[in-house]
Amino acid sequence: MQLTRPIIYLLAVFMLAMVQPANAALTIEITQGVDGALPIAVVPFDTSRVSGKFPVDLAEIIGSDLNRSGVLKAMARGELPASPHYSKDVQYSRWRNVGQDYLVVGRVLESSAGVYTIEFQLLDVLKQKQLVGRSMSAKKRNLRSRAHQISDFIYEQITGTRGAFNTRIAFVRAQKDAARKYVLQVADTDGFNAQNVLESDEPIMSPSWSPDGKSLAYVSFESSRPEIFIQQLATARRTKVSGFSGLNSAPSWSPDGKFLALVLSKDGSPDIYTMNTATKRLKRLTEHRSIDTEPVWSSDGRSIIFTSDRSGSPQLYEVSAEGGRPKRLTFEGNYNSAANVSPDGRYIAMVHGDRGQYKIAQLDRETGNLTVLTDASLDESPSFSPNGKMLLYASTLGNNGLLFAVSIDGRAKHKLSDQDGDIREPVWGPFESK
Amino acid sequence: MKSFHHIKSWLLVALLAVFISACATTQEEMPAGGDGAPVYDQSQSGSSTGIVDGSSSGADASGLEGADGGVGTAIVDGPPMTVMEILEQTEGTLSNRTIYFEFDSAKLTDESLAILETHGNFVAGNGEVAVRLEGHADERGSREYNIALGDRRAQSVRRVLLFQGASSDQVETVSYGEEQPAVSGHDEDAWSKNRRVELIYTVN
Repeated sequence: MQLTRPIIYLLAVFMLAMVQPANAALTIEITQGVDGALPIAVVPFDTSRVSGKFPVDLAEIIGSDLNRSGVLKAMARGELPASPHYSKDVQYSRWRNVGQDYLVVGRVLESSAGVYTIEFQLLDVLKQKQLVGRSMSAKKRNLRSRAHQISDFIYEQITGTRGAFNTRIAFVRAQKDAARKYVLQVADTDGFNAQNVLESDEPIMSPSWSPDGKSLAYVSFESSRPEIFIQQLATARRTKVSGFSGLNSAPSWSPDGKFLALVLSKDGSPDIYTMNTATKRLKRLTEHRSIDTEPVWSSDGRSIIFTSDRSGSPQLYEVSAEGGRPKRLTFEGNYNSAANVSPDGRYIAMVHGDRGQYKIAQLDRETGNLTVLTDASLDESPSFSPNGKMLLYASTLGNNGLLFAVSIDGRAKHKLSDQDGDIREPVWGPFESK
Repeated sequence: MKSFHHIKSWLLVALLAVFISACATTQEEMPAGGDGAPVYDQSQSGSSTGIVDGSSSGADASGLEGADGGVGTAIVDGPPMTVMEILEQTEGTLSNRTIYFEFDSAKLTDESLAILETHGNFVAGNGEVAVRLEGHADERGSREYNIALGDRRAQSVRRVLLFQGASSDQVETVSYGEEQPAVSGHDEDAWSKNRRVELIYTVN
């Protein structure tokens, strides 16, 4: 049996590399709410003027987006004291009496068959005035995306921070007893609209978003060894960008989209390189007999943070993108790896191992403080939301990998789960360009 | 025991030199116990006795345990084992194709070293054989670090094989990190079985 394995490998290299709808959907559960989250009521939108049944519940999508942030808390639908659809119909005292600070009302009009106009207003209950009102066109296929955009408007209006609800995440799903064991997927941040990017019998690892959100770099073992590919999401067109002997691993896109940082072992032990994605020209940044891996770019693109065990155990280091002498960044705990840098550059999230427990922690580069954010024992793959307010990560519970998101203050947490999957390596995509 | 060895050595020289001599060497060098033994024993029960049995497995070997007389006849009569047949044997050092490691380590135990020397001799003596070394890690920590760790483990196995005379063309390494555990479970028992290098042979 073992003798025939190479033949199996050859047969196994049969993949479907295209974006297509996936069967299994992620479901969301808020596992840790926040005291003091701002109360907001999102009234079901009026869809009575739409022909047939309107396909989505906009208010429900918006409410659950806002709840996940931990900053806002949407009122349960059964407790709503009234159902106005226009600001002029709102009796503010009724909402003040039930303790709501904010109110969202809206309606859907159908301009032609399947083409809609969604209007909404965000109202400040205490000041009794409108904070923002918008009207947007929508088609059947982008209704959920429009709902997430409304969540973004509301969140930004109230908190002053851009919302990241209308973005996407990528992750790897391992399926038991399935024809293709490994699937790279992208989905909305609430787990809906999961689409397959790549299916393979062999492991798929380390997805990394291009800064424009149009491509993913990843590691695929389809040739029975790790190689790096870049794939355009819309066309499924993909290119192998690194297939040297040894490891081709841990791709990470530079903020300007022109370079990949990656790990190669072609010259000995695993070292950090950068590759110009246009010319494929390589530059070697580290040269050490230790393991150097998991490079990520600083937010200004000037340096690269990576994991190295040159001190004896895995720790984070930083090196100039031009090369030079690496500087050690982490000193607490005997295992710090898999760095991810917040969009403003201030925080570095990591897998932090201490006394046999692996949790997500973040280093504040201004104060030097390391804060542990999670409480399980097998957490990994932290990834910041593009607004820097949440961290997405994977945790092993029982025999399944699940995804969680935790607010960077550690207070709010939610779980994205899926009944028949083992999901891992989540990466939060960039903002859609405005 | 000593004379047993002596007889065996003769047999080796006479016939399947590469394969069986490797076993004998291993047996002499095998330490009793050793610090790596507990980890090792968990997965490959009876591996150390397997070496003794190994030389007595198959048609020719049964003669070894009996009287001296029948031994030569059986071997001379039987055709020499092909490389494929040797690899298909379920006992003996060469059937031992998984090497285990401590957490975050690529260090080989004395016991592993002895097993790998046997493999190295076998590969060196049989140019038609190629071996793929698949390095693995347990699930703890980060996935890419574990890929690098699995690679380091495969490299440390590769070094032994090359030192024994295997050609670099015959030895390929790959790391799967924590992606393909041998055993599911989230405790030291499972982890110890997943920190490994598997030797996968092919015959050209």
